Amino acid sequence: MNIKEKKEVLTMRNISKNFPGVKALADVDFTLREGEIHALMGENGAGKSTLIKVLTGVEEFETGEIRLAGTEGVIINKSPQEAQENGISTVYQEVNLCPNLTVAENIFIGRAPRKCGGIDWGTMNGRAKEMLKALNIELDVTKALENYSVAIQQMVAIARAIDISAKVLILDEPTASLDEQEVKKLFNVMNQLKAKGIGIIFVTHFLEQVYEVCDRITVLRNGALVGEYKVEELPRVQLVAKMMGKDFDDLASIKKLAEESAKKEHKEVFIEAQALGCHGKINPFDLTIRKGEVIGLSGLLGSGRSELARTLYAADKADQGKLKIKGVNSHMAAPIDAMKRGMAFCPENRKDEGIIADLSVRENIIIALQAKRGLFKLLSDKEQEKFADEYIKVLQIKTASQDTPIKQLSGGNQQKVILARWLLTHPEFLILDEPTRGIDVGTKTEIQKLVVKLAEEGMSVMFISSEIEEMLRTCSRMAILRDGSKVGELDEHELSQENVMKAIAGGDR
Amino acid sequence: MNKAETSFKKLMSHRLFWPLVCLVVVLLFNLIKTPAFFKITINNGVLYGYLIDVLNRSSELIILAVGMTLVVASSGGTDISVGAVSALAGAVCVFSLGTGAAYNMPYGLGLLLGVFAGVVCGAWNGFLVAKMKIQPMVATLILFTAGRGIAQLITGGNILYVKVDSFKRLGAFLPGVPLPTPIFVAAAVVIITLLILRKTALGLYIQTVGINSKAGKLVGLNATLIQFLTYAFCGLCAGIAGLIITSRIYSIDANNAGLNIELDAILAVALGGNSLGGGKFSIAGSIIGAITIQALTTSLYAMKVTADQLPVYKAIVVIIIVALQSPELKRMFKALKLKINKTSEGEKVTA
Repeated sequence: MNIKEKKEVLTMRNISKNFPGVKALADVDFTLREGEIHALMGENGAGKSTLIKVLTGVEEFETGEIRLAGTEGVIINKSPQEAQENGISTVYQEVNLCPNLTVAENIFIGRAPRKCGGIDWGTMNGRAKEMLKALNIELDVTKALENYSVAIQQMVAIARAIDISAKVLILDEPTASLDEQEVKKLFNVMNQLKAKGIGIIFVTHFLEQVYEVCDRITVLRNGALVGEYKVEELPRVQLVAKMMGKDFDDLASIKKLAEESAKKEHKEVFIEAQALGCHGKINPFDLTIRKGEVIGLSGLLGSGRSELARTLYAADKADQGKLKIKGVNSHMAAPIDAMKRGMAFCPENRKDEGIIADLSVRENIIIALQAKRGLFKLLSDKEQEKFADEYIKVLQIKTASQDTPIKQLSGGNQQKVILARWLLTHPEFLILDEPTRGIDVGTKTEIQKLVVKLAEEGMSVMFISSEIEEMLRTCSRMAILRDGSKVGELDEHELSQENVMKAIAGGDR
Repeated sequence: MNKAETSFKKLMSHRLFWPLVCLVVVLLFNLIKTPAFFKITINNGVLYGYLIDVLNRSSELIILAVGMTLVVASSGGTDISVGAVSALAGAVCVFSLGTGAAYNMPYGLGLLLGVFAGVVCGAWNGFLVAKMKIQPMVATLILFTAGRGIAQLITGGNILYVKVDSFKRLGAFLPGVPLPTPIFVAAAVVIITLLILRKTALGLYIQTVGINSKAGKLVGLNATLIQFLTYAFCGLCAGIAGLIITSRIYSIDANNAGLNIELDAILAVALGGNSLGGGKFSIAGSIIGAITIQALTTSLYAMKVTADQLPVYKAIVVIIIVALQSPELKRMFKALKLKINKTSEGEKVTA
């Protein structure tokens, strides 16, 4: 062994795990060293989540062994608690803390310092404060967690995790809902922990971030190990190629498609908002969207992108201004009114507002169409099966069957089901709020291509994403938002990374 | 794995498998302890026997369980007022028909008024839960306590008797029909409910709203309306059940009519393998649950257990049944089986 190699904290060997009908992991090896940030990469369904779940005891595995430095022999975690006791902590993308408890309570849930039979609040709050300070975060630890941004909540989750056990920290898509500043802050924290010798497993879909903080990359594909690489030895293109298992020139071709569609003459106006607004959510805005164009909404997190889209769709009811659809004044009280006028809306938060977890893929696909048809026009079983089959094929949704509960699908496939749900209603105007968040590069490209194709066929699309590159690839026009207001628009000839940045930031400052 | 084994596994994973097993076990137990349990005789052109009795007595519970299932599915909460609401419905019915030698108004209208009272109560519950977003248990607690009070106001604090003979028919027998009327009423409620759920999208809507009401709203469903409807329907069921209860004893005792039946109704839903957290549901499961509860009660009576001691035995059996259906216990069994298999394999190797 190389002398410079650091001590291994965690070794997983020949891990295998089967789900009914699917081999989720096949002989996967994974090694984590002391003070290392190790990226775990792969497409949807590659087995990243399963590997993490096996490691943390959420799922059982069939064969293989896990060893941890400082612990004799093989360990098998039967529950996340046991994993924590063994020194493995996880922070998930969706922070699973209790929003209505205070920050300090969240950090010490289940292990609060005690005094005379009661909880020693003073010590608890003091220690919580210190711990966060060590991560360069200063806040009032006696306030309820829900008062803070997702980013802060994540830091709190990390603080809790490393306080409980400090050998291995798993960060599962931690940056998906953070803006750039917050990501920087998180990386600072990660580097601090790294300096302390903690091994960090970093699961993410953002290539840039991998190259910014990680030391090593392990790539999985279809449940099998592709390889482990040092970051400096694996250029981006090759990483993508390894994840996809093919040469990767799709990204370039999309742009071409987009350009072609942009050349087409824009036709009639589909929707026109005049001083439309929703108090406390989005200030009054004007917006015109034509048939067959892809309009992007750009802005920082919390700038009002989602709120604008929700107001158009009547998910939040507009309380001022006018909305014309195809030239007709429209008053919409609820999403069903928007749907009946040809709109469709993929919400930002897939888990909370998108999927209906316990229902089957089929039911999840047909539910919007069924709601549009109304209570008494039930789609027959045959029609339902036909529609589901059709869209599972068209969008290449990976599922054991159409009766599988959607919650068993990977994130990207769930997103495709939601897309199928809306495409089935044959909308004229499709709103996609962060459709590619938390899903792999391959599916991302598929969705981007789909958007461009739909627009070519005459559909208007509103595309919201935090990734400017992705927006530049797909959008033919962009509206810029800042602090709850629409502040400008960029036409296609003005679209460039620099211009968008400038517009978002509000000039050259 | 051979074919028989796979089909058995498939059968076992069916959601109604365990509820049915429980019912069968309760019945089998009777086969050993009280063989007379399965005897059915004809007396005066009417069928008699423990089994008929079980079906007859479980009718109210089945009707309530159907309503309760939908409430649980749409809101993840329970309607604890159904017992009080049935007493209220009975009181309204008896009060409007009067206690004289003849009815004050047409018999049918009296029944309708009773059912209507149930619907009004259900709508009130629905308004509180769906529109005002009050937790179901708290919202229905209001009528749970006030319902019997209102019934007392109507009856003037007395037990009112109906003297016209035809009033007994709903809770007993129709002339020339060998089976008790409540069985037909329960069957009608079940069939109509199933038809509505099968022929319209209501079942899908209720499940969607119950699992994720935010997503439900975004796909164009009116979650408030759907929840409201299930509570109103539950009130309707409580009203119908109340009329049967009243007719059985041709009188209304606002204090005791349908006492504690809400708990049995909730239990029936749970025994039927339905999650009390809302979402996916099975009406058939709840019906099996209701029959199981009544079969259990009747069995214990057949074994000469007194009414005072009944709850103890019932509790024991219910604990067993619920434990049998818990996924945690199934997981433990599976782990145990795996362990045994492994050790036996190990022995083979050493041998």
